[in-house]
Amino acid sequence: MAFEGLADRLQNTIQKIKGKGKVTEQDVKEMTREVRLALLEADVNFKVVKDFVKKVKERAVGQEVMDSLTPGQQVIKVVKEELTALMGGDQSKIAVSDRPPTVIMMVGLQGAGKTTTTGKLANLLRKKHNRKPLLVAADIYRPAAINQLETLGKQLSMPVFSMGTEVNPVDIAKKGVEQAKENHDEYVIIDTAGRLHVDTDLMDELAQIKDAVKPDEIFLVVDSMTGQDAVNVAENFNDQLDISGVILTKLDGDTRGGAALSIKAVTDKPIKFAGTGEKLDEIEAFHPERMASRILGMGDVLSLIEKAQENVDEKKAKELEQKMRSASFTFDDFLDQMGQVRNMGPLDDLIGMMPGANKMKGMKNLEIDEKQINHVEAIIQSMTAKERQDPSLMNASRKKRIAKGAGRPVSEVNRLLKQFEEMKKMMKQMTNMQQGKKGKKGKGLNFPFM
Amino acid sequence: MSFLKKLKDKFQSTEQQEEVSDKYKDGLSKTRQSFSSRINDLVARYRTVDEDFFEDLEEVLISADVGVNTVMDLIDELKMEVKRQNIKDTSEMKDVISEKLVDIYYGDDAVTSSSINFQSDDLTIILFVGVNGVGKTTTIGKLAYQLKQSGKHVVMAAGDTFRAGAIEQLEEWGKRVDVEVVKQSAGSDPAAVIYDGIRAAKSRKADVLLCDTAGRLQNKVNLMNELSKVKRVIEREVPGAPHEVLLVLDATTGQNAMSQAKTFSEATDVSGIVLSKLDGTAKGGIVLAIRNELQIPVKFVGLGEKVTDLETFDAQAFVYGLFADMLQDDPEE
Ligand SMILES: Nc1nc2c(ncn2[C@@H]2O[C@H](COP(=O)(O)OP(=O)(O)OP(=O)(O)O)[C@@H](O)[C@H]2O)c(=O)[nH]1
Ligand SMILES: [Mg+2]
Repeated sequence: MAFEGLADRLQNTIQKIKGKGKVTEQDVKEMTREVRLALLEADVNFKVVKDFVKKVKERAVGQEVMDSLTPGQQVIKVVKEELTALMGGDQSKIAVSDRPPTVIMMVGLQGAGKTTTTGKLANLLRKKHNRKPLLVAADIYRPAAINQLETLGKQLSMPVFSMGTEVNPVDIAKKGVEQAKENHDEYVIIDTAGRLHVDTDLMDELAQIKDAVKPDEIFLVVDSMTGQDAVNVAENFNDQLDISGVILTKLDGDTRGGAALSIKAVTDKPIKFAGTGEKLDEIEAFHPERMASRILGMGDVLSLIEKAQENVDEKKAKELEQKMRSASFTFDDFLDQMGQVRNMGPLDDLIGMMPGANKMKGMKNLEIDEKQINHVEAIIQSMTAKERQDPSLMNASRKKRIAKGAGRPVSEVNRLLKQFEEMKKMMKQMTNMQQGKKGKKGKGLNFPFM
Repeated sequence: MSFLKKLKDKFQSTEQQEEVSDKYKDGLSKTRQSFSSRINDLVARYRTVDEDFFEDLEEVLISADVGVNTVMDLIDELKMEVKRQNIKDTSEMKDVISEKLVDIYYGDDAVTSSSINFQSDDLTIILFVGVNGVGKTTTIGKLAYQLKQSGKHVVMAAGDTFRAGAIEQLEEWGKRVDVEVVKQSAGSDPAAVIYDGIRAAKSRKADVLLCDTAGRLQNKVNLMNELSKVKRVIEREVPGAPHEVLLVLDATTGQNAMSQAKTFSEATDVSGIVLSKLDGTAKGGIVLAIRNELQIPVKFVGLGEKVTDLETFDAQAFVYGLFADMLQDDPEE
């Protein structure tokens, strides 16, 4: 049997309640049982699940759920709220030392992805913050680990400090930081060897490195596929090193990632970044809310609704409707509406939020091409104000100018114009139909280009 | 005679088996202790078999990553058994629990399936697959050492042309265990490297070719196709090969291991599992469900990073290891 999301799991109980019209304590018990199973299936540690379910039950047995007309949704809402609260807010900041270099130490189990993440962080520091990092190769144990970091350094054109495999990692770290000081590097990232949290000698080595270089950040790198053992790992590393944050890797896989919750619960340290691929730019700020939805295996219905409400300007929506009906919809309106949808977040997030979308075949691996949307935007922005209001002005030389301005081929401009005309026609038909059916009442949200 | 007693008798019948199970007891000490001592604990804590007892048992199993579905099924069966035999006292439960667990572990083909399909007078090709960082390359190094010790001529092919430093990593193992590594430069076609490996192994009249591949997440369709292609090249060059496709699973992995086993099997027809990193505190209990649902047996376990840290998986010894504590204080003794 495949994984079931929480929403699916609750279906049965919800159906039963519907017939009765009244929620009993037994119903709530059944629902919280499903919550428990969903979380366990997602690899959340059983102890963490226990505490969590207790909290949910307390709230659910109270007025909130039992008096509600939509108890199933209320349970989901309570679960999501508790989960999000537990996961904390966005915390993707990296500490900055007031006396450079800022020292970052990477620690974790074997095979978690420390070296790759070292490269990604370095890349991020340079790209986003324009900082100069030095990478230090302190894994003297795994065959060719130094070579791996050096190769990444080459790919990034960044310096890598190494002393071979015969020198003690503590000394390598110390010398590396010294060199960074001399070279006025702003950041040092120390890649340490993977080790078991129960290997006392090697854990002690990390403590010594920590003592020697006084890192500003100690990131525990954890594979998002980790099972029940995540709590032991996180607890041990945190107890012995007082880590400052967590980086979750391999989130581009299809794991639910319940380990994230376990780790947060036992260490109370923020999960700061997420690795989402093997390439060196595939790292992003960790989004607790998205993670909560992922663990529950459901489209983020609530935040989709919330976001739509937040971002769609009522007045504008009314105006738009008017325009659609009179077919006076222009490219300016188009751009405007695109912007509104854009404000709701990246498009693949939106797709990810739609319930069931992750289940549809093909949808799972679908990546909405943000680039293409960018191109459309660029083309419209290259039009003059007049052209945007009145596309019928378009002729060959105008199209050529627009194409050049947007850096896209003329054929693409043509395609957009054609689509736009078709869309206008369709809108007119649709709004007429709607009017015919239920009078003047229109919908607030339309995605003409989706 | 109780089930545990039978199991014990079985193992004490020959000295060789004693030895095997000792090795497991040492290597898996953490798994064994925590698991069977927790069952013992449970039995000590609860006198009567009731809901609370089952709930706690459920947790013991879940904490070993056995997986929700398997655990629920198991608990249901146990409850039925309790009714049928009218069991009231928890001390009687030890026997029932072990028997049920062994049932799942053994399957029907436990004895034959953990052995490697070696070709007695021809080249044996073993392909290693798995997600990133599970221990494929290390396992190849360890296995090469083991095979060489037993007098086999081994060649390794550096089929991970993608990850930085992967080729050098395998070369380092080659030096360590004194085995030839066939390689091309980074970024080249993995199927071509494996092809070269087969050619080299044939011309050297080698006994075994171990093929490394790049780690890949099972939901990346393109990368899984690439792996199928590698396998097809092997099939084309040597009829009947690969003789084993070993999926390396990290014991630390949770429920996703099932998805890994399914998808890698679809792409490459996995014949066995290497359960790595069992020297940590993770139990790798998901292999129970994998064995049960997909009939893929565990063939090796990784117990550390040294050349000698690879053991042939012996289901009987493993189970004996799991229950050794219980056997010791079995009152019938
Ligand atoms: N403790 C322990 N560590 C292991 C074991 N097997 C492998 N490792 C370590 O796990 C890390 C990753 O192992 P690799 O062999 O590089 O894994 P891989 O699957 O080849 O990784 P990629 O090629 O990057 O996909 C290394 O640091 C190994 O030393 C084991 O049984 N126990
Ligand atoms: Mg490898």
